[in-house]
Amino acid sequence: MGIPYSYSFRNLWTRRLTTLLTASGMGLVVFVFAATLMLAEGLQQTLVQTGSFDNVVVLRKAANSEVQSGVERGQAALVESQPEVAIGSDGKPLLAKELVVLINLKKRDGNKPANVVIRGVNAVSLKLRPAIRLKEGRMPREGSAEVIAGASIARRFKGGGLGETLRFGMRDWRVVGVFDAGSTGFSSEIWGDVDQMMQAFRRQVYSSIIFRLRDSSGFDAFKARIEGDPRLTVEAKRETRYYLDQSESMAKFLRILGLVLTIVFSIGAVIGATITMYAAVANRVTEIGTLRALGFQRRSILSAFIMEALLLGLCGGMLGVGGASFMQLITISTMNWASFSELAFSFALTFGIVWKSLLFSVVMGFIGGALPAVRASRMNIVEALRAT
Amino acid sequence: MAAPQAPIVEIRDLAKSYHRGSQLIPVLSGINFDIARGEFVALMGPSGSGKSTLLNLIAGIDSADRGSIRIAGVEITALSESELARWRAGNVGFIFQFYNLIPVLTAYENVELPLLLTSLKRRERREHVEAVLSVVGLADRMDHYPSQLSGGQQQRVAIARAIVTDPEILVADEPTGDLDRASAEEILLLMDQLVHQFKKTVIMVTHDPRAAEKAHIIRHLEKGELSAT
Repeated sequence: MGIPYSYSFRNLWTRRLTTLLTASGMGLVVFVFAATLMLAEGLQQTLVQTGSFDNVVVLRKAANSEVQSGVERGQAALVESQPEVAIGSDGKPLLAKELVVLINLKKRDGNKPANVVIRGVNAVSLKLRPAIRLKEGRMPREGSAEVIAGASIARRFKGGGLGETLRFGMRDWRVVGVFDAGSTGFSSEIWGDVDQMMQAFRRQVYSSIIFRLRDSSGFDAFKARIEGDPRLTVEAKRETRYYLDQSESMAKFLRILGLVLTIVFSIGAVIGATITMYAAVANRVTEIGTLRALGFQRRSILSAFIMEALLLGLCGGMLGVGGASFMQLITISTMNWASFSELAFSFALTFGIVWKSLLFSVVMGFIGGALPAVRASRMNIVEALRAT
Repeated sequence: MAAPQAPIVEIRDLAKSYHRGSQLIPVLSGINFDIARGEFVALMGPSGSGKSTLLNLIAGIDSADRGSIRIAGVEITALSESELARWRAGNVGFIFQFYNLIPVLTAYENVELPLLLTSLKRRERREHVEAVLSVVGLADRMDHYPSQLSGGQQQRVAIARAIVTDPEILVADEPTGDLDRASAEEILLLMDQLVHQFKKTVIMVTHDPRAAEKAHIIRHLEKGELSAT
């Protein structure tokens, strides 16, 4: 048995102001670390939840997003005739040929313009996205210049609210409904009748085709057939995969940014921990000499001080994670670089992020405490006792 | 094991010097010294005479340049550092001038420390700690931290810590040096009790002639050499 853990813990408690200050420094770094991971996680969750596993998105080959894609009417008809497409209770295929166009709208606060997705939809589009429900108003009538806006558009963009009018595609569009799409990317979209949209924007081709699979396991066969068909220049993805791919580059960017920032900051925090631990060792030279005289081995001294540094790091980690958990209350809106449109999402704290952050803080504590602990363990007993 | 009548401490031709910069300063030169079991020895001498160095060497916390130290039959100069630490844990009790209690541990926990190096169970440790704290008369102060105790009480906790593993030898470096007259007297009485009642061998470095009076044998060190009194 070595030196009891309570020794390490109580020493931290005895000099609690120093402990708190050092731990706060580490906590700030952990906060940045956790917050960027939460941001990437939130972004990904938002985009992945946007998709449904049984839905298939058909895009032009090599198009990364709906904005870049185009599917001709003839090709769309071919896709519609495939046996994997589910049929609704009304006998019509559960398939929507949609148009996605980016327009510029001004925000309510500050008048700053931002890109917004306009989606031309048909009656099935809503059925394909069970997460979406109309919150206020009604659905647009077919053949009319009416639209419904996602909750986040209604809140943040001029003219996006119920009863207001938006101008785009050289026409005025009345917002007749506001839909809630939970935390999905659809919250940041405006929907209207696809045929009206194609006229307004003078488009000849659809952007994408979305349909429900008759049987979830039929996806591979469908994909192989349509991608091998020489008449078609399209590719198929499960909707979840499609949105995951969209979020991948941004999430990766956020994670790398977070990592670089925290590595730089953590050097400062580790130096802080080292100074604190060196001071702790310097103040307890006689104690160390006494423990060694009593028969405790060098490694016991080493592990007692390492333990103290780990606990210090853990305190910092808990402060950081505690602070970061409040970030969940904040919603961020940013440009989604994959679709070049505005996207609203929240910081998401997961168990994985918690333990990664705590591990990170403990590692900082370890690195900061290593040298002081080695110094403590190497002290000459007689000289240490003489330091009284 | 040495025979009971053999001296517990046998020191032969012991030498030790220190470096001060490039200068070599001899502290002990060719010391020969035996201590019988159950004796109370006081080492006296002016500052820098090497008495603390001699005590540290006997206690196994310093290493000699030359010579032999046999304690209860064990040649401690031949032990490695970690063997020496284990040997100290089982065979030597330390009493320091400034008590050297761990401030963040209670009296109980301070006394328990050396027992953490043994294989005793928690319950057995508790029995030992409570027993020695009653010997030093502090059974009611177990949960006090050192800062809540007087100097004399702290030194008594330190003595309890020194005897809790039941070592044969106790080394004391100026045990009354930081105490008032009355507390010093109590500590000396306690040490006397350890020698007579518990048959400990006590080696004490002191400047205090009244402390030395309690000892059976007083040895003077002068310029690194011993003289009997």
